[in-house]
Amino acid sequence: MATTLDEATIAREANRRMRRSNNITGWAFAGPSVFIVLGLSFIPMIWAAYLSLTDSNLLSSGHFIGFANYAALAKDPMLRQAFTNTLLLAVMYLPVGLAAGLGVAILLNRKIRLIGFYRTCFLVPFVASAAAEGLLFGFIFDPDFGIVNAGLQAVGLPRQGFLQDPSEALAVLAIVYFWTQFGFNIVIYLAALQDIPEEVLEAASIDGAGRWAKFWHVTVPTVRPVTIFLLVWGLIDVFQFFDLVYTTTRGGPLNSTLTLVYYIWELAFNFFTAGYGAAVAYVLFFTSLIVTVAALAYGRRRRITL
Amino acid sequence: MTGEQVLRPVPGVDMALHRARIEEAERRMRRSGWRRHLPQRWHLVLLPLSIIMVLPFVWMVLTSFMTDTEINRIPPAIWPHHLNMGGYKLVLASSDFPYWFLNSLIVSGAAVLAQLILCSLAGYAFARIQFRGSTVMLILLLATALIPFQLTVIPTFVIFHDIGLINTLGALIVPQLTSALGIYLMYSFFQSFPRELEEAGRIDGCSRLQVFWKIVLPLARPALAALGIITFIYAWNDLFWPLIAITSSRTFTVQVGLTTFQGEHVTHWSQVMAGTVLTTVPVLLVFLIGQRRFVQAITGAIKG
Repeated sequence: MATTLDEATIAREANRRMRRSNNITGWAFAGPSVFIVLGLSFIPMIWAAYLSLTDSNLLSSGHFIGFANYAALAKDPMLRQAFTNTLLLAVMYLPVGLAAGLGVAILLNRKIRLIGFYRTCFLVPFVASAAAEGLLFGFIFDPDFGIVNAGLQAVGLPRQGFLQDPSEALAVLAIVYFWTQFGFNIVIYLAALQDIPEEVLEAASIDGAGRWAKFWHVTVPTVRPVTIFLLVWGLIDVFQFFDLVYTTTRGGPLNSTLTLVYYIWELAFNFFTAGYGAAVAYVLFFTSLIVTVAALAYGRRRRITL
Repeated sequence: MTGEQVLRPVPGVDMALHRARIEEAERRMRRSGWRRHLPQRWHLVLLPLSIIMVLPFVWMVLTSFMTDTEINRIPPAIWPHHLNMGGYKLVLASSDFPYWFLNSLIVSGAAVLAQLILCSLAGYAFARIQFRGSTVMLILLLATALIPFQLTVIPTFVIFHDIGLINTLGALIVPQLTSALGIYLMYSFFQSFPRELEEAGRIDGCSRLQVFWKIVLPLARPALAALGIITFIYAWNDLFWPLIAITSSRTFTVQVGLTTFQGEHVTHWSQVMAGTVLTTVPVLLVFLIGQRRFVQAITGAIKG
């Protein structure tokens, strides 16, 4: 048999060897990354699901208590507060953040001088660490020594409590957050705007479209996919709001800046109620998953009807 | 002089478009003489806005050179009376800041090095080599982007605690050795990369690894630079995980260390601001040097 090697067998053998060598090199190249990324996400994810059904105190695995944690979190006023605060942050930040980002991107989307300088200025707050920025704004908005209150007083306005006032703290954080994320929105919108062919806008002008008409009927629809992306991204990001809270208010005053992730961190690593913390983390996960899927589905539908 | 009578219709040319272009050119030319030297009006919006964006950082630097009396005065001083290095002395001599800085450099450096190697290997494999399970693995990898770290952090802490990594720099380095985003970045780069060069190398008898090392990687330098910059910024700025994984001061990273400057009762703002300046400078340097690549990477990752 071995002596009657016809071409088909040779080809098949070569093919088999090639596939084998591909399997080996492929896994040798990708294996370490796959092993680390999947190992550090899916295993802890399943483990967290189990933990959420126990009364673990972080360092002992605890007892299985069924869905008691989930029953408790439905009645947890702190969790409701954290949820409301996180949503409020999204409501305060997202519409303004996206609109302002698009506005500045439109201003930058032309051949003007200094464009590199502007882009750098807008991106610097996005690149610096949220921890450093939290400390910086804790100082800027300090009720006693902060420059903002000094400014208010100089023009004859009353001094404010800012981060120490329960009715103002969350809004101040939303402003700071806007400042840190603004540049990212600009850069993403700018990239999308640069993809609009000049002919389209030119054609719109010839059809008699004014500046506003062009904005509403050409620019906004064209960047809609990017808007949806930024919306999803922004929501996921707001749902993970932690660094700024930790470095400024630590959830206070009176829990007025308690966010979901800050609450999870407190539950697991301050109060050592890890099982309950894992249950809250799962609520966070499913909420952001639903929001993401809904936004993507909405985006897809809109793009088809456009 | 424009007008319909001047422009004779030319067959095959869209006259409306032609006329619009001529009008546009004339409008541009009218902006001549002294008005040409005025700044365009967009700058009236953009310049103040961009200054507002960097003003807090200017204030940070100014404050770091003030004395605590200047800072605590009401109203506060705007300009430091003289360059006071007290804040920096407190940071560098009376705190563990030098350790924190070194720790952050080690962690970020290790993360960059590891991701450059592991992400490019994996991205290349997914883009070029057809191996068993490659499609499924790629989908699973991308799906991990939907899993927030807050969900996995509690078990990750327990695992790292059990294997004795907690409170070591290893605990900070291991999760950053590779990343789904990095793999995706390299994957989409290699997909748009011409195959011919590699095939030439294969014909010359090079192994896959040799082709990768000698031909592909040198040409992938732009993508590698982008990946390195993003990884460095992310690793340097991380607060959440180091805060959980590290408990002893000398193993802190800069971000965690900084937060300990906030006093329970009295905060030395010159010290805090000096600390934030020293913490922000490395990441800003990396950003300023690699800004173009950084922007390409964040916009490319979204479009691609």
